[in-house]
Amino acid sequence: MTSSDDTSPGILDQHDVQAVNSAKMRQPLYAARRKIFPKRAEGTFRRFKWLVMLITLTIYYVTPWLRWDRGVYAPDQAVLLDLANRRFYFFFIEIWPQEFYYVAGLLVMAGVGLFLITSTVGRAWCGYACPQTVWVDLFLVVERAIEGDRNARIKLDAAPWGPAKLVKRVSKHSLWLLIGIATGGAWIFYFADAPTLLNDVVHLQAPVIAYITIALLTATTYTFGGLMREQVCTYMCPWPRIQAAMLDEHSLTVTYNDWRGEPRGRHAKKAIVAGVPQGDCVDCNACVVVCPMGIDIRDGQQLECITCALCIDACDNVMDKLGRERGLISYATLADYNANMNLVAPQGQIEPARARDKTTGALVSAVKHTNWRSILRPRTLIYFLVWAGIGLAMLTVLSLRAPIGINVLHDRNPLFVLLSDGSVQNGYDVKILNMTTQPQDMVFSIAGLPGATLTIPGAADAPTTQLQLTVEPDLVLPLRVYVRAPKGEREDETDFTMSIANADGTNSVSAQVRFETPED
Amino acid sequence: MSTPNKPGKNPGKTDPGQHTPANHVDDFSGIATTGHEWDGIQELNNPLPRWWLWTFYACIAFAAVYSVFYPAWPIGTSATPGLLGYSSRAEFAANMDSVQAGNQTVLRQIADTPVADIVADPELARFATAAGASAFKVNCTQCHGTGASGGPGYPNLNDDSWIWGGTIDAVYTTIAHGVRSPTDPDTRYNIMPNFGADELLDKASIKTVATYVASLSGLEGGVSTPEGATIFADNCAACHGENAKGVADLGGPDLTDALWLYEGSLPSIQAQIEKPRHGMMPAWSEKLDDATIKELAVYVHGLGGGQ
Repeated sequence: MTSSDDTSPGILDQHDVQAVNSAKMRQPLYAARRKIFPKRAEGTFRRFKWLVMLITLTIYYVTPWLRWDRGVYAPDQAVLLDLANRRFYFFFIEIWPQEFYYVAGLLVMAGVGLFLITSTVGRAWCGYACPQTVWVDLFLVVERAIEGDRNARIKLDAAPWGPAKLVKRVSKHSLWLLIGIATGGAWIFYFADAPTLLNDVVHLQAPVIAYITIALLTATTYTFGGLMREQVCTYMCPWPRIQAAMLDEHSLTVTYNDWRGEPRGRHAKKAIVAGVPQGDCVDCNACVVVCPMGIDIRDGQQLECITCALCIDACDNVMDKLGRERGLISYATLADYNANMNLVAPQGQIEPARARDKTTGALVSAVKHTNWRSILRPRTLIYFLVWAGIGLAMLTVLSLRAPIGINVLHDRNPLFVLLSDGSVQNGYDVKILNMTTQPQDMVFSIAGLPGATLTIPGAADAPTTQLQLTVEPDLVLPLRVYVRAPKGEREDETDFTMSIANADGTNSVSAQVRFETPED
Repeated sequence: MSTPNKPGKNPGKTDPGQHTPANHVDDFSGIATTGHEWDGIQELNNPLPRWWLWTFYACIAFAAVYSVFYPAWPIGTSATPGLLGYSSRAEFAANMDSVQAGNQTVLRQIADTPVADIVADPELARFATAAGASAFKVNCTQCHGTGASGGPGYPNLNDDSWIWGGTIDAVYTTIAHGVRSPTDPDTRYNIMPNFGADELLDKASIKTVATYVASLSGLEGGVSTPEGATIFADNCAACHGENAKGVADLGGPDLTDALWLYEGSLPSIQAQIEKPRHGMMPAWSEKLDDATIKELAVYVHGLGGGQ
């Protein structure tokens, strides 16, 4: 293959490879998946991806074990989705089911956040933070540790079955399954007290649903991360399709800068001597072999690309060795790319010499280099303001909400009851909410209805206008309330208020309530 | 129209040699067509995706196994029972049985407890109120209405006026034995004489006493006269009480309050004295078991007017 290649005197690996998922060799739909053996990449983006993986996996595995003291009446788990009692605990926040709009708000923020991220840095979610990407990376670490890097894996895959291959394969899949179990096992701890549940799970005393959840997530983790990998992104995930609508010409995408790379060739010096123009791409295919999606980035932006930027690392290493500028493959915006293309290919044919200074050989100053300022534009600022606005609004509402509450439901049938002395009685189902983790002494009262009194069977049998009561922590106290108003001149309907307040007056919440009377 | 290509790019084109064109092959994609055409649009003969096909085969296999174990193949008006002998009807019956079995203890407790003690026990009272509410919907709403607020001739059970007494025991007795039930010897029974029809009072006296009764609760046209008071004392006080406040033991309604079983107006009072209307309520002990009657009593007593 590589004879006395003048561009790579022993310092460059030339990979004789065709991208598996290239448009040039699109497979018929019925064809079986062709395996991808991504080579290990080294460089800035790879290091950044390791860091992101460390952070995301740490968050995932450690969060359920964080403790948060809420007193004796509430669980001390920092993040807990208590489905049985319908409570959601998140550090200092406790959310009840009727406050689900906070979760809806979070989802809206996540949606707008995806717009924001995509319009600025493209598919950064796909490339760095998506669980599919993180877990595939993790599975690849295991695969490389056992079977070796790309070439060794290709050789092993082609080798006939024997004891050595069997041992490697069995241990790889066992480790994958263990990771799967650890994934599913960590998930369940978000839904119950983690230490207790771990003890129960180990001693086979946990609820069946816990084991089913672990089994399901083990299966999906193993299948998606180990067996299906890039197919999940390409065929199952809607995001690659949706995000095309969110990118614009100023979004960062992983770009092969063919304005300086083409015409590519492995024998640059020979070509130059022969008078044929040569670009920076030496066609070493380093970008192809590291790609976990099995594509050739030099074919341009394509649906499969998750912008993991490993090809940037691979190419930068090659450029370093060749003593050329980094960034033949780089994060660039379409606008900058087009400007550079117009510079070097005014006639539609790339003339790489136009990008370089005749004397020094450096890139001319007219060449546009994408920098971080591309993220500051009206569109992204609007996204950010919307995103931050929702977040601030939620925080404000959250910090102002009263930790007690009152819900009132007027009887529908009968709307009112005429009593023997001519007065009118209305019945209400009242719910008093104590959303704190301590018992609360409260005062329930009515106001705004002249002469009215209330009775509560079992709690206030004698007519009164207010009632002292204690509500257990984190509970709803249901009350059956009868309000009686004397005979007199009154509209058909009168509004009055029912209030609940802390005995010490710290919080007070009122509900506007209707009093119905017979028509005359 | 030519697709603009960046230099160095190869337009996606599949090698037509990969496919054996049985019939027409599409020029652009190189894929055989089905031969179907609509307005010049041809259908490519792409194969089904693998995952789809395997899911389809798995469904067929599942259906085959399912039809062996569960009711599946129709035979005339019935179907093959399946090896597991499953039926949704039996499952429902089993569910109902288990609910019934689960309630046995508390139902026996209710049957064994005097009704006044049920009201005093919060646990029993909660169960009895819920059970009574559902029994009320089946047996009582026809006359008393879904909100138990009654209507002309049918008492409102939410208010604080009780013709036969509003204590829990009185309510229980009324439900168990009914009012003027022809079949129950212990039924609540009274009859108001036909003062007009049987000529026990002349027209003028009826009008006088009706006007007097109307005045007791301040109805329009009511006038309190000594003659009316005398007629009332002689003819009505035995059942309605000397002060006209009613006698619960005899079922004589209170005539001084704002509530009327029939319409609260002078003509209605006069008509009632002329030829009284009488309601009738079945003795429910003939149809319902004692626990259900107790539940009904607890529910009705707790509607807001119980004494």
